[in-house]
Amino acid sequence: MAENAKLMQGNEACTMGAIAAGLQFFAGYPITPSTEIAEMCSEELPKFGGKFIQMEDEIGSIAACIGASLTGKKAMTATSGPGFSLMQESIGYASLCEIPVVIINVQRMGPSTGMPTSPAQGDIMQARWGTHGDHQVIALAPGNVKECFELTFKAFEYAETYRVPVIVLADEVISHMREKVILPNPSSYKIPMRAMPKNPAGYKPYGADPDGGVPLMAPFGQGYRWHCTGLFHDESGAPSGKAAVAEKLLHRLERKIEKNAQAMEDYYAESMDDCDVAVVSFGSSAMAALSAVRRARKEGKKAGMLRLKTIWPFPDQALRRLCASAKKIIVPEMNQGQLVLEVERAIHGKAGVIKLGKVTGELFHPDEIYRALKEAF
Amino acid sequence: MAEFLDYFRKERLPHIWCPGCGHGTVTGALIRAIDKLGLDKNKIVMVSGIGCSSRAVGYLDFDTLHTTHGRALAFATGIKHAKPSLKVIVMTGDGDCTAIGGNHFIHAARRNIDITTIVMNNSIYGMTSGQYSPTTPHGMLGTTAPYGNVEHEFDVCELAKASGASYVARATSFHVTLLTDLIEKALMNKGFSVVETLTQCPTYFGRKNKIGGPVELLNWIKDRTVNAKAATALPPEKLAGKLLIGELYKAERPEYCASYAETTARVQRTYNDYKGGNRGCELNSD
Repeated sequence: MAENAKLMQGNEACTMGAIAAGLQFFAGYPITPSTEIAEMCSEELPKFGGKFIQMEDEIGSIAACIGASLTGKKAMTATSGPGFSLMQESIGYASLCEIPVVIINVQRMGPSTGMPTSPAQGDIMQARWGTHGDHQVIALAPGNVKECFELTFKAFEYAETYRVPVIVLADEVISHMREKVILPNPSSYKIPMRAMPKNPAGYKPYGADPDGGVPLMAPFGQGYRWHCTGLFHDESGAPSGKAAVAEKLLHRLERKIEKNAQAMEDYYAESMDDCDVAVVSFGSSAMAALSAVRRARKEGKKAGMLRLKTIWPFPDQALRRLCASAKKIIVPEMNQGQLVLEVERAIHGKAGVIKLGKVTGELFHPDEIYRALKEAF
Repeated sequence: MAEFLDYFRKERLPHIWCPGCGHGTVTGALIRAIDKLGLDKNKIVMVSGIGCSSRAVGYLDFDTLHTTHGRALAFATGIKHAKPSLKVIVMTGDGDCTAIGGNHFIHAARRNIDITTIVMNNSIYGMTSGQYSPTTPHGMLGTTAPYGNVEHEFDVCELAKASGASYVARATSFHVTLLTDLIEKALMNKGFSVVETLTQCPTYFGRKNKIGGPVELLNWIKDRTVNAKAATALPPEKLAGKLLIGELYKAERPEYCASYAETTARVQRTYNDYKGGNRGCELNSD
């Protein structure tokens, strides 16, 4: 067995992915089913000089992470539905102020306390629209334990590159499932680093190409003496109530993600080339879906599987391209129909879209998706 | 003293505060204390939340962070924990600190993390035009207490002390020399320090309660206070309803970042052969 092969849980893989990406700061609050990430961070971070803190709530956790990120450190928090809801205001703050931060949201059944130990995928829209006002986020959904490592690593890459909050949308099954993972050789990691200014003279904390440019981020404490505010601000960081300043700022923030959306498209596709019926899913629902698609293929039915890893920005182009031959698209998800809305929007009537929601707190059985496939053919 | 305005972002002035507001006096006292101690401008981070008080940091020439309502101390905790070599100062108000941010306040105090917190207590929500706050005295008026405040107020200093702060003091925007002196001591304390400053909001608190203009309100604040040293010689009836000013509490307690560093050193002695994935740790040189 390879030296780097390990049996591990999804939450463990997230933590290791974060550490591989250079995690230096974790603040969190205990919540099922994400707690193992906090536990592991509390144990691992001090070993290499990183910082862990258990805050008084999730509001404090995300705030502390943003504070740490402003000193130049890579910061992450981990939570689940109720805690994710509490973090929303400061996710908006990080979005407007352009502060890199990674949030692992291990989805569980909601709303409210719901079924804390049961899996769900009901936070798709909360991840996108949870905070008030127009804003952009990036959200990635791992579909197995190895991807918990890879996508958490990638989350840091995106957070640092685009200066945005990045959400890893795991779910209870992916996070608590154990699989053998062969970790990449550490020397192959390309550690993501934000672009920093070289000289305080003339530094404009929010100066960047109006068409989606990313400003250089000066760490606090190095003589730049800049102002960071959740008020709309001009290039110098000064608060402004001017219409032109607000428009310019929000346009740049929108374009920052929009123009890089295609580069961020990430998915797993199988048998999509000639498929008549496509199954589009993500996370643990996609495990059952893949099994159903393979069974249908064995029986000679032209079924295809598209598992999305990038949820936000929604991979419109990839979906349209890969589903070109599909007459019907089934969207199994553990909610009452969230991703399906985006699929319908992106496919724009080119194929019939079938919603397959499940909100029992149980995983899909492959038979359920197989039955839906049979009906669709 | 260096040129007073050198500590300000002159291009951001004039400020948004009302004529007669006490917040400028408090900001001035803080700057004088920083100047007296000769602290390095480049190593100071000023953090604030939301409200009139929190606009102070935007005018000051340091690294400054104007955050969400009530969360200044949580952001500040992240900054200090991530980079303990920075001097972290929080400027907050009575609503920001003791209502929406009350939880972060007591926990920052409990941790005794080395942050200096200046609470500008004007007993009212000024930015939203005069609603009662957790420090509005019982019976007094606010736009949401039109028949007199039904609730009873917090004693911010007792709250800080009971929660674990290692330096607690109170002054007012009338007692400026005392205030500057107390902020200076708070800045020197290695631990969580609170300086509550009673300050005047003539626009909303003074007007709504028919106390008068800034001068009358300042006198009203002055008359509510008794110097803590003088109080020891006064009979209880003279102290009824009065707030003590001066240094109220000081204790030697382990500071959070220092304790975390000790634990880290112990862990690293045990795991000095740790080969975990992180190659960014050399960046973490605090």
